[in-house]
Amino acid sequence: MSDLKVLIVDDEPGIRSGISRILRNYRVGYPFLEEDFGFTLTEAETGEIALEILEKQEIDIVLLDNKLPGMEGIDVLEQINKRNYDTAVMMITSYASLELAVTATKRGAYNFVPKPFTPEELRGAIESITKHLFLKRMTKKMSETARQIRFQFLSVLSHELKSPINAIEGYLKIMQEKQAGTSIDDYMHMINRSIERITGMRSLIMDMLDLTRIENGTKSRNLKEVDIIECTKMAISSMEPMAIQKNIKILTAFPESLILTADSNEVEIICNNLISNAIKYNRDNGTVTVSIFTDKTNLNIIVEDTGIGINAEEQEFLFQEFMRIKNKKTQNISGSGLGLSIVKKIIELYNGTITVESQPDVGTKFIVKIPFKAQPA
Amino acid sequence: MNSKKTILIVDDDIDFRNQIKFYCEKFGYETITANGEIEAIEVIKTKKPDLAIIDLMMEKDDSGFILSYKIKQKYPDVPVIIATAVTSETGLIFGVESHEEQQWIKADLIMEKGVRPDQLQREIKRLLKE
Repeated sequence: MSDLKVLIVDDEPGIRSGISRILRNYRVGYPFLEEDFGFTLTEAETGEIALEILEKQEIDIVLLDNKLPGMEGIDVLEQINKRNYDTAVMMITSYASLELAVTATKRGAYNFVPKPFTPEELRGAIESITKHLFLKRMTKKMSETARQIRFQFLSVLSHELKSPINAIEGYLKIMQEKQAGTSIDDYMHMINRSIERITGMRSLIMDMLDLTRIENGTKSRNLKEVDIIECTKMAISSMEPMAIQKNIKILTAFPESLILTADSNEVEIICNNLISNAIKYNRDNGTVTVSIFTDKTNLNIIVEDTGIGINAEEQEFLFQEFMRIKNKKTQNISGSGLGLSIVKKIIELYNGTITVESQPDVGTKFIVKIPFKAQPA
Repeated sequence: MNSKKTILIVDDDIDFRNQIKFYCEKFGYETITANGEIEAIEVIKTKKPDLAIIDLMMEKDDSGFILSYKIKQKYPDVPVIIATAVTSETGLIFGVESHEEQQWIKADLIMEKGVRPDQLQREIKRLLKE
């Protein structure tokens, strides 16, 4: 059990001792850790004293009354934020000053309890602030990492490029030292896995090149009248070997020709990605259906598979860079994690949209809509 | 005669898992593998490993931390090694030496990925008190 230090700042001794009584034997359990937190209490009767204590001791939680004899609670809060203490502040306010509570929250108070409060209300508030504090601390360093990794494309890229190299290097070392036996057959699995990782890495590099092209802007784009059907047929024929391996049928439903002003490379990237995904994430003997049709305003490209599907939670992140869905069903499927983000970026160049409908273990349907009107500038 | 000790290996990279498994088996241990926090939690519901080697960033950035907490919660005596590439990738260094870190990181050892097999074996032996 860990103890959290709570500083109670209130000029009324009755309130201070009341809070102490409520919290003294109170424990907060962490939902999945089953680890309890207890509380050690320190009291201060003015804001000035509170700040002195904060300067000298590490305090985890501050329960701060606003109406104090000297400096007001809200000013204490401001000082706490200025000085960057690793502490979470909960304001105690009377009902009459809800507005103040809102200001306090804006200034960095974690939450507030209106006065008078019941023991239950106080405990509830303390429970929530404790969990908040715990998570904040545990992920403090990690969230710095996360920020770097999520927002700095390059560091993710280096991770994605390094992992296959590390994996292959690991296998090669085992082989170099003949750790698994003297026959080449003893290493077949490692060789196959290494080739698999190289394939994944190659597709990442190819996708990277696509992405660089898109992000370089429109200058290298070659917009002209393109037959979408022809592009799609090319994509399908290049994917056929992959489909045959899994005995997947590719069904098509589209007119003979459909002309759109576009960059044919971009159309190919869209079709290649959607169709190759539909094959990769399909079951053996499944089908992929590619339909293309027009309605009043849009060109519609729909690619549907009978594969493993994507659950609702995963769908949310599907189009983010490097967001590969990792689970048992996908662990042997290689991919760069860039495909769909590239597809989305391209479609947005055409003011179009891409949406997904999916049901786990039933299949996934990607719907691309490109408006005729808003042709690319 | 003692039966073999079991090491739980958790990593979302199948090849890292394979390699650690390969070495651990070579060192003479049984292994169980899981591809992430969720699967590992399922495993420990019914099985108690003698030691766990887990990756840090799996489903979430801090999956390894959470998982080591959960393992320690259920089996306080099982040593946990967090194997991570986080330092080489981000420059952030985690340890379990300082008091503050011990309070928040419930692992016995944090190891950079890419450790030499003999080092790994030495640390496993040390933690298993062999």
